[in-house]
Amino acid sequence: MAFENLTSRFQMALRRITGKAKLSENDIDQMMREVRLSLLEADVNYKVVKEFTEEVKAQAYGEKILKGLNPGQQVVKIVNDELTKLMGETTEELIFNQSGITVILLVGLQGAGKTTTAGKLANFIREKNNKNPLLVAADIYRPAAIEQLQTVGSQLDIPVFEMGKTKPETIVKKSLEYAEINDFDLVIIDTAGRLHIDNDMMNEIKNIEKIAEPHEVLLTVDAMTGQDAVNVAKAFYDALSITGCILTKLDGDTRGGAALSIRKITNVPIKFSGTGEKLTEIEVFHPERMASRILGMGDIMSLVEKATAEIDEDEAMNMMEKMMSGKFNYNDLLKQMKMIKRMGKFSGLIKMIPGMSSMANMDKVDDKQLIYIEAVINSMTKDERKKPELLDRSSSRRNRVARGSGRSTTDVNRLISTLEKQKKMMLRFQNMDPSQMQNMSQGVLQPKQSRAMRRSKGKKKGGFR
Amino acid sequence: MGLFQRLFQSKEGKRKAEKYKIGMMKTRKGSLSSLKDILLNTKTINEDLFLKLEEIFIMADIGVDTVIEFIETLREAVKKEKIQKPIQLENIIVDKIFEMYLKDEILNTNIKYNNEGLTVILFVGVNGTGKTTSIGKLAHKIKNDGKTVMFAAGDTFRAGAINQLKIWGERVDVPVVSKDAGSDPSSVIFEAIKKAKEQDIDVLLIDTAGRLQNKVNLMNELNKINRIIKRETNDQSYETYLVIDATTGQNGLSQAKIFSEVTNVTGIILTKLDGTAKGGIVLAIRNKLGIPISFVGMGEKITDLEYFDIENYIYGLFADFFE
Repeated sequence: MAFENLTSRFQMALRRITGKAKLSENDIDQMMREVRLSLLEADVNYKVVKEFTEEVKAQAYGEKILKGLNPGQQVVKIVNDELTKLMGETTEELIFNQSGITVILLVGLQGAGKTTTAGKLANFIREKNNKNPLLVAADIYRPAAIEQLQTVGSQLDIPVFEMGKTKPETIVKKSLEYAEINDFDLVIIDTAGRLHIDNDMMNEIKNIEKIAEPHEVLLTVDAMTGQDAVNVAKAFYDALSITGCILTKLDGDTRGGAALSIRKITNVPIKFSGTGEKLTEIEVFHPERMASRILGMGDIMSLVEKATAEIDEDEAMNMMEKMMSGKFNYNDLLKQMKMIKRMGKFSGLIKMIPGMSSMANMDKVDDKQLIYIEAVINSMTKDERKKPELLDRSSSRRNRVARGSGRSTTDVNRLISTLEKQKKMMLRFQNMDPSQMQNMSQGVLQPKQSRAMRRSKGKKKGGFR
Repeated sequence: MGLFQRLFQSKEGKRKAEKYKIGMMKTRKGSLSSLKDILLNTKTINEDLFLKLEEIFIMADIGVDTVIEFIETLREAVKKEKIQKPIQLENIIVDKIFEMYLKDEILNTNIKYNNEGLTVILFVGVNGTGKTTSIGKLAHKIKNDGKTVMFAAGDTFRAGAINQLKIWGERVDVPVVSKDAGSDPSSVIFEAIKKAKEQDIDVLLIDTAGRLQNKVNLMNELNKINRIIKRETNDQSYETYLVIDATTGQNGLSQAKIFSEVTNVTGIILTKLDGTAKGGIVLAIRNKLGIPISFVGMGEKITDLEYFDIENYIYGLFADFFE
């Protein structure tokens, strides 16, 4: 998930100072150097980074903080606050036309994902706001762009207005008339990708804007964009009345610093993010959550929201009790997995948990593994599921289960040890005081590795920072 | 006079380089063109100057690590050659980038044709970088070399992708092997290689669906595609081009790294260089992973794909040095 590497660097820098009782200016400088590099590596614009680090430093140098209680945490708070400020503090909603048709215009560079986003957005608004959307194919340049939108439209069962290779201005005009007559109350216009320095194409989009009088002009930006994001956003912002931004391909491993730059330079809010190839994979962008994700606090808010929406509280409590009692068997494991599965992909969920993002190779969590585990459990007899020790004792039982599930005996053995581990872990949790748990969630679980990594990184960089 | 400036003494060399400059000059007001100003307006070489240089390179998306490494090289050069005036740095900067790219190798990024039979070229990359468009343009180039070309529509996933390739096929007059949307890309490719061999085609260009490099399942699919090509070509004479958008930032490194773990990436096609982005990440990719750049895309016309030329690229970055 996005911001991941940035997160781990931040965590490292923060960990260095959070424990200290006293901070010197030197400590702060050192930390801010790390913060600066992290942000640059995340493609945040150089100038934005400069301002940000200076702002934080100026605040952190203050007497009160250096001599106050727990100075490390206070610096963390400043970094967090400033980052949140930078990202924008509130979630921005779409603007709807209260009486009549709402028009949304999608613009952006080539390959940013406008067509896919048009479909996702139409579907999202139809579901959430109960609108009747019409998609308009105004990209007449790229080969098969119209057909692409039509395919997307038919997958979602949303009508697409097209006139082949007519002038885009005409298409837009006619589409609005068509929407009026046919009782559509939402029109989403997909336009051709264009370079922000292509005068002819920029004039075309200006004309389209004039004709369409859109309520929202949304700039679609690839989350992987580098330093140039600022130039692009600024040029589109100067030419059109951009009302918001959609960050696409945020499900990649990009750190997505472009989001911060665009927000800072144009002050345009980011309203949505594209998070997958499926046409339902679009989310309202929550800037405040993103900021804490950068700081490694995990996207707890999203996780909680998902959990409450999908999981019955009683069910969850029962499960918790079972787990804590140490009498955890395969039936429970199966139930637990089904719960997790209802909340979405496991690999996506695990990254929202604080501290987990810093664990190695979380990208490699394979959702298929869950299916395999299920298959293995389903091949057990009722008795075996209830009494895990039966399998533990008998290799012939294990072999039978392996054959039945189509998995190898190694897989079965692995599952057995997983259950054992979970039981032990739960017992440990029980005997732990709350502060210990917090340490664990902050990723102190693997200090050795991170310290070694820090050292080797420090060497490579040389003296210049 | 630096090694680099000598290269542009000849009129012919300069004319070729112009195209890069035109593509990249639209933002000359931007950071890199200010390099000369900075060097001219600074009196001594000090920490401040290095910071400014760092800013300039980072703004061009040359990766952070690579920039830090590069600035270190500059520092050493300053020390060793006892340079005092900032303006003397200009030759050193250009020369050092040049060296960093070449790495004492003789780079030949021309397409390696198989003279005995079919040459297969696989196109991979994340979504929206311009794979299909690059295939169309490259086909035009290869046909101009007098070779016969065939397309394989391996992007069976994205809506409209197959038709997009077919339209390119019509434009450049190249047959397209395709199956229905949603079919297994490996089977399309297997079929295409078979047909290309039967029809004595010289070069087969294979389009694939854009995929983000952290999607395990999609990378496994690519792995399978790669295996099949390897098997059907006896592990010979095939190129894999990773298509990277010039606006891409640091993520380009991750793309290059993971795609080359799954396939044998032999070169990079840097697209959309006609915008304001410099695509500096390719320098970092070359520096860190050793993958050279093969082609650059600099416009929407069918002819706007050029063999990459490091001299011209640097010329595009620093054009006002020579004016």
